[in-house]
Amino acid sequence: MCLSIPSKIVEILDDNYAIVDTMGVKRKVSLDLMSEPVDVGDYVLIHVGYAMTKMSEEDALESLKIYEEILQKIEEEEKIELLGE
Amino acid sequence: MSKVNYLKDFRDSKKIQALAKLIRDEVDRPIKIMEVCGGHTHTIMKYGLKQLLPEEIDFIHGPGCPVCIMPKERIDHAIALAQDEKNIIATLGDMIRVPGSKSSLQKERAKGKNVKIVYAPFDILKIAKENPDKNVIYFAIGFETTTPMTAALIERVIKENIKNVYFHINHVLVPPPVKAIMDSGEAKIDSFIAPSHVSVITGAKIYKEIAELYKTPVVVAGFEPVDIMESILWIIRQFKENRREVEIQYKRAVNWEGNIKAQEMINKYMEPRKTFRWRGIGDIPYSALKLKDEYGELDAEKVFKDILPNKPINDHKLCICGDILKGIAKPYDCKVFGTTCTPQNPLGSCMVSSEGACAAYYKYGKLQYLNKL
Ligand code: SF4
Repeated sequence: MCLSIPSKIVEILDDNYAIVDTMGVKRKVSLDLMSEPVDVGDYVLIHVGYAMTKMSEEDALESLKIYEEILQKIEEEEKIELLGE
Repeated sequence: MSKVNYLKDFRDSKKIQALAKLIRDEVDRPIKIMEVCGGHTHTIMKYGLKQLLPEEIDFIHGPGCPVCIMPKERIDHAIALAQDEKNIIATLGDMIRVPGSKSSLQKERAKGKNVKIVYAPFDILKIAKENPDKNVIYFAIGFETTTPMTAALIERVIKENIKNVYFHINHVLVPPPVKAIMDSGEAKIDSFIAPSHVSVITGAKIYKEIAELYKTPVVVAGFEPVDIMESILWIIRQFKENRREVEIQYKRAVNWEGNIKAQEMINKYMEPRKTFRWRGIGDIPYSALKLKDEYGELDAEKVFKDILPNKPINDHKLCICGDILKGIAKPYDCKVFGTTCTPQNPLGSCMVSSEGACAAYYKYGKLQYLNKL
């Protein structure tokens, strides 16, 4: 039931609704549960047609940076192991 | 363009492998992790995460699948309501396939009863306006994630003075069944991966009591495989560092306090029920919500009281969904798994939703687990 991919706000409609784009599919969603203002271009998480929260791109990038670092570290360790043999 | 490719970045197999290596290097004791939410069960099965992990890590699939825990008598309510031609029953997707005592909403719809699947609760406003001479009854299901949407719909119905919408509330809460399972002591669980989207609404604060009471690490995890792998690593590190606390791995969407506006909206219209019977688990006090008395004229359970059956009905005797939801059995322990019970013809509710443990095992792990038999 839960969609984990954030959707992008592409148009703000009257009466607290908006159009979002989720992987190329456009749908109408309600903004009734949003406690902060949203703008075109924001990424939001949608559940059963309602925006629940903005997705923090900063935090997503931060996580991805950590994974990249882990990956690099492990690849280097493997290189050292290989050379050591 | 977003700098993050949400579809790829958190599903990247190199990152999953790297985290798996760290987990294998660091794990130093057996750990039984309950993933409370059916969405996580689905990810674990879909990406075969279990096979990447050392045998010290065992998953116990939790009760967090809204259709799996819906007792038959509640579905019988919806079916009874659908019998009156004046009524339109509206509900969300998977719910219509869940078997009640004799029928399902899907079967009733095939018989010509007026059952509608809505993509969003606000669609009900349109249905109500288009059918002024009918009662539109929203059969509302789901955990804390879906509850505020029902509250938002109630608010619109009241504001717009719409007179033909009623609510049959089946919203349930995450912490009470987790506590019931832990208190029963049957499933030896020592840590939790907490739901992603429930926590967007409630905030991570709702797990504080669980971490303290049972001395278990709780990590709020995102839905993607990379998220789950990182959360497992965090749990291992909590044990190593002798910490037992709530941590938020899914920082891009969850904070400690949650969506306060949504919480206030829920509290305005709903309050806990004294008790609610969970399919397979039994009665759990204050584990579900109902409309507050002052909104009684919107409450389908009150308005249509006379036609609603009220006998508790047990599951099919071969179905062990209850034990699966309690974390003491796995789908392949069920005698009819994949034979008499399949997603096309579910005997129990764990086989209905893709979030149900049986359906997830069937779809992604059937062969592998049949081999184990
Ligand atoms: S396989 Fe079917 S009958 Fe068996 S526990 Fe799962 S849902 Fe119940």
